[in-house]
Amino acid sequence: MLQHSLIYLTAAVVMVPLFQFLGLGSVLGYLIGGILIGPYGFGFISGAEEVLHFSEIGVVLLLFLIGLELNPRKLWNLRRPLIGMGGAQVVVTAGLVTVILLAMSYDVKKSIVIALGFALSSTAVSLSILRERNRLNTAMGKSAFSVLLFQDLAVIPLMAFLPWLAGAGGSTEGIIPFRAIGAVLLVAFLGRFLLRPVFRLVAQTNLREVFTAFSLLLVLGIAALMQSVGVSMALGSFLAGVLLADSEYRHELEIDIEPFKGLLLGLFFIAIGMSIDLSVVKIAPGSVVLTLFALLAAKIISLMLIAKIFRFDLSENLLFAIILSQGGEFAFVLYSLAQSVGLITSEDKNFYVLIVALSMATTPVLLKIYEQTFYKIWSRKVHTYNVEAPHSENNPVIIAGFGRFGQVLGRILHTLNIGTTVLDYDPGHIEFMKKFGWKSFYGDVTRLDLLEAAGAATAKILVIAIKGPSTSRLVAELVRERFPHLKLFVRVETRPDAYAWINESVPVYRDTLGSSLEMAEDVLKSLGFGAYEARKVVRQFRTHDEEMLRRSARHAGDDKTLLAIARQSREDLRQLMEDDVKRMRDLQSEGWG
Amino acid sequence: MKKTLFYFVHPVPRKSRTNRRVLEEIKLLPEVTVRDLYETYPHFHIDVDFEKNLLLAHDLIVFQHPMYWYSCPPLMKLWIDEVLERGFAYGEGGEALKGKFWMQIISTGGPETAYQRSGYNRFTISELLRPFEQTAELCQMHYLKPFLIQGVRQLSDLSIQDAAEGARHYLQDAINGKVEKFSSI
Repeated sequence: MLQHSLIYLTAAVVMVPLFQFLGLGSVLGYLIGGILIGPYGFGFISGAEEVLHFSEIGVVLLLFLIGLELNPRKLWNLRRPLIGMGGAQVVVTAGLVTVILLAMSYDVKKSIVIALGFALSSTAVSLSILRERNRLNTAMGKSAFSVLLFQDLAVIPLMAFLPWLAGAGGSTEGIIPFRAIGAVLLVAFLGRFLLRPVFRLVAQTNLREVFTAFSLLLVLGIAALMQSVGVSMALGSFLAGVLLADSEYRHELEIDIEPFKGLLLGLFFIAIGMSIDLSVVKIAPGSVVLTLFALLAAKIISLMLIAKIFRFDLSENLLFAIILSQGGEFAFVLYSLAQSVGLITSEDKNFYVLIVALSMATTPVLLKIYEQTFYKIWSRKVHTYNVEAPHSENNPVIIAGFGRFGQVLGRILHTLNIGTTVLDYDPGHIEFMKKFGWKSFYGDVTRLDLLEAAGAATAKILVIAIKGPSTSRLVAELVRERFPHLKLFVRVETRPDAYAWINESVPVYRDTLGSSLEMAEDVLKSLGFGAYEARKVVRQFRTHDEEMLRRSARHAGDDKTLLAIARQSREDLRQLMEDDVKRMRDLQSEGWG
Repeated sequence: MKKTLFYFVHPVPRKSRTNRRVLEEIKLLPEVTVRDLYETYPHFHIDVDFEKNLLLAHDLIVFQHPMYWYSCPPLMKLWIDEVLERGFAYGEGGEALKGKFWMQIISTGGPETAYQRSGYNRFTISELLRPFEQTAELCQMHYLKPFLIQGVRQLSDLSIQDAAEGARHYLQDAINGKVEKFSSI
């Protein structure tokens, strides 16, 4: 077990950076790494099947994370590309591939089965590439995503279709959709009403690993539930993500699951690499290469056709087609099923599983070629589609700490429709704000990953409105190191807390100063001062006080000097006020009023 | 009987002798709406709609203020800038103040003799007040002759009391339509 882990990790650590460096992307690195350590490479590890099965969790987590970024409303907005483009893609690609297979003198049923399997792209490969290249939010990326999502949905009826095609009689699983809908409703219901209190309970234990464990349990539990009602685990976890996309624990979930997703998805690709049966290539290299390229060509052409029909930017059509060009993990499932119902032989299955696996490996290579050639030619046009509508979470302001202090700013920004992301560590607090329709996220602001998830990379301003000076310092340190572009605004509680910030020219706000000054103004008014005069006096005090604070900050730590400054300051202020009174008197005596 | 809106405009009334006395006298007049601009808007944030409604409800608008640098205190200027909007007070459709009356009660430090060609202020008060006269004109208001309390620096407490009572009588006359319209041209 330990030995295996070492081998997997070594393969990943060696191959992925190497392929990244070559510009071929991490996916190909994992695949080649898998081939090398697998039974058909150096033979360090056998039993790819088992690993593949386990690491499918990586795909599940990936889709869950994708789902988290899409709330039901956004998903609904995708319905047209999803059904139109996705449906057209499966039909056109499967049709074209069938024709080619028929031309290779396969029988009809076999051609249809293999074509259907190949029409489905690899969600894991495509989404990894889109994410790696930051293309998920472009129009092309969204279309690709829609197509992938439709394919995931299409698997369900396809699984029912194969036995029927084999003549095994009508599907007896007519109740599946019914049960699937029930399961989705159940998850939606639990997500809405039960999840929040449970999360809060778990969060209150203050044990990070329990929170992480709960997050994983939640995702895998939902995936298992979905699988038990005949929905693929990937699709099920995607739906779970969508249903939880509006939850305030979203960022925390993202952070907790992300590393597991990364590792398991890597393992998944390694397992695919391990399962590539190179012996077939040795026996019939010609037919492997020929088939691979024929199918790839058919798929790319059909995808470009779809892209053309749905009118992309010309330069994006080919990219779209390449990203979706490979066969995917669902092909493995379909081919296994087809073999078990007798539609294809086990040799066919092995051959086409190999083709599909190889097609996954060709994607990064084709992409590289594309980028080296076509992209450069079209790059003059690039800027026209690089300007995409910003992600909805591209908020310019992040407020850390949404207590009574942070809320005021938050409400003002909200009124002005200025996008604001709110982070708070108090689950009760978030719960309370939720009642008022606020969107706030639970989490420890000193965590780099939470700041990242909150959009620190794209935000302009970070307001640190939390209590506790050391925590604020910690956040600032982190931000300076990783997001130096962020402008900081900091709440402090005491004068000494303010010193360090002032010396760094960070604007600080003493949290009770404003209200004490306001009160002073009103007290003066009650003593017979005019409203404007009271305001002037208080304003003057404030200016003086801030000046003194700045002076003190330069001598932070030197108590003697600070005391002297405080004494001097009191004297100065008295003098100042006296002068002011005298000035007023002069004004009157000079006859100004 | 003109419905009268009276604006008291002084930044630091606590330290004023004359203007505060005048205000106290004016407050003796029944049915005059008295407003203290600096007391109401110490943060210079004027409630424009509220002020406009007040204007609509009155016929005679009076400002009492000291002369600062040959003009009014800054909050009164801000009030003019913000409340007398186009489309309300002037310009297309701006006839809300048409036919109403504008009057000022003004204190000056310098004596009357200072406000003439030979004096150190070189201009007469009515010349210096021309921006206000024209403001009323553009709003199609009637500009009434201002009431002046001059040389307040030299005034004894007794004279101040006289001046304050004089201001009250003058305003009473204006309310009764006995103050003449004025033009410096």
